[in-house]
Amino acid sequence: MTLFEARGLACQRAGRLVFEQLEFALEAGDALLLRGPNGSGKSSLLRLLAGLLRPAAGVLRWQGRPFAAQDPEHRARLHFVGHLDAGKANLTVRENLAFLAGLAGLARLRESALERFDLAELADLPVRYLSAGQKRRLALARLEVAPRPLWLLDEPAVGLDATNRRRLERLIAAHLAAGGLCIVATHGDVSLSGALVLDFGEAVA
Amino acid sequence: MRPFLALLRRDLGLAFRHGAETLLGAIFFTLALSLFPLGVGASADILARIGAGVIWVLALFAVLLTLERLYQSDYEDGSLELMVLAPVPLELLVFAKCLAHWLTSGLLLVAMSPLLALLMALPAEAYWVLPAALLLGTPTLTLIGSIGAALLVGSRRGSALTALLVLPLYIPVLIFGVSAVDGYLMGLGGGAQMGILGAMLLFAMALAPPATAAALRVALE
Repeated sequence: MTLFEARGLACQRAGRLVFEQLEFALEAGDALLLRGPNGSGKSSLLRLLAGLLRPAAGVLRWQGRPFAAQDPEHRARLHFVGHLDAGKANLTVRENLAFLAGLAGLARLRESALERFDLAELADLPVRYLSAGQKRRLALARLEVAPRPLWLLDEPAVGLDATNRRRLERLIAAHLAAGGLCIVATHGDVSLSGALVLDFGEAVA
Repeated sequence: MRPFLALLRRDLGLAFRHGAETLLGAIFFTLALSLFPLGVGASADILARIGAGVIWVLALFAVLLTLERLYQSDYEDGSLELMVLAPVPLELLVFAKCLAHWLTSGLLLVAMSPLLALLMALPAEAYWVLPAALLLGTPTLTLIGSIGAALLVGSRRGSALTALLVLPLYIPVLIFGVSAVDGYLMGLGGGAQMGILGAMLLFAMALAPPATAAALRVALE
């Protein structure tokens, strides 16, 4: 049974057609890898699925029901990790994550969110002292802050070392095994076994 | 309600940690005002005559000075994306940000205004009239300014353009704010003007969050 599908999606940016007639259908536990050269529309698709961009054409369906990506109920079922890490430089790692928990409507921050990417030691350090890779781990820790079925990850492994890349892959695998969905734009630094692949290689002339 | 409080707490915490930046508006307000007795002379008559107007104009600029930090840093570090994607209405979060901004800018001006009334040789009645008028007027300044700040988020030269965009919209607040204070000081009463200041605040509270939210969504596209 299809959980999340897109039919005939088109995206226009600054008058230029980035992609059109894009389709996919995902069942619970599926991962979709977006591949393609820079500027081919991977990020645009993720932003469109998160509701940050409006599609020029096409339909999105969740459990067979069409919806607009801007709907609050859609926002409540997705995590989006984009290029920006969204850490406040003058707040500590823990304060940043506690804010995200509050923003998600949770009363408390789960300690597992700090442990997943080994941030417990850095918890009381202001984010401005973190390295790029550590900031990336903070951004990814948001996946653990609130449970949501749909993960939209835009080059999540940029700046991560091998250990943390494996942590990320394990986290995604566990999410998929629990029936979640994951759509990842990547240049091959994240490997997921059994993932569907959407290739943007020839989508743009 | 919890996302609202989480954002309010975060912004107040950040304002506390950026102490100097937060106090910028209030320091400018005091410093600029202290120049007036030096500039126009220490004649109590003249100072009392222009006092209310000068204090209101400077309050406008003090709020304007601090508007830039309202959305710009959230836009730059990506927090704004998280707010837009949070499963609560963006309008509610905008309101939380405006409240935090007012608590750390407008409210300071309100608290300092009796002292400044003294500096401008205003009659004793001004010690409560001026704070009361500013209490009704400064939140409106923050709310209107939030629309301008959101429209120009992400553009360089943002602050100068914000001033151009927002100052004309501040004129009604200025007119009724000054005439409320002057009315009381001249013994004519300023109840009607206070009422209009309150009405403008309610109007801004209803209108500014949706307008700001729409501008922020466009900024992220």
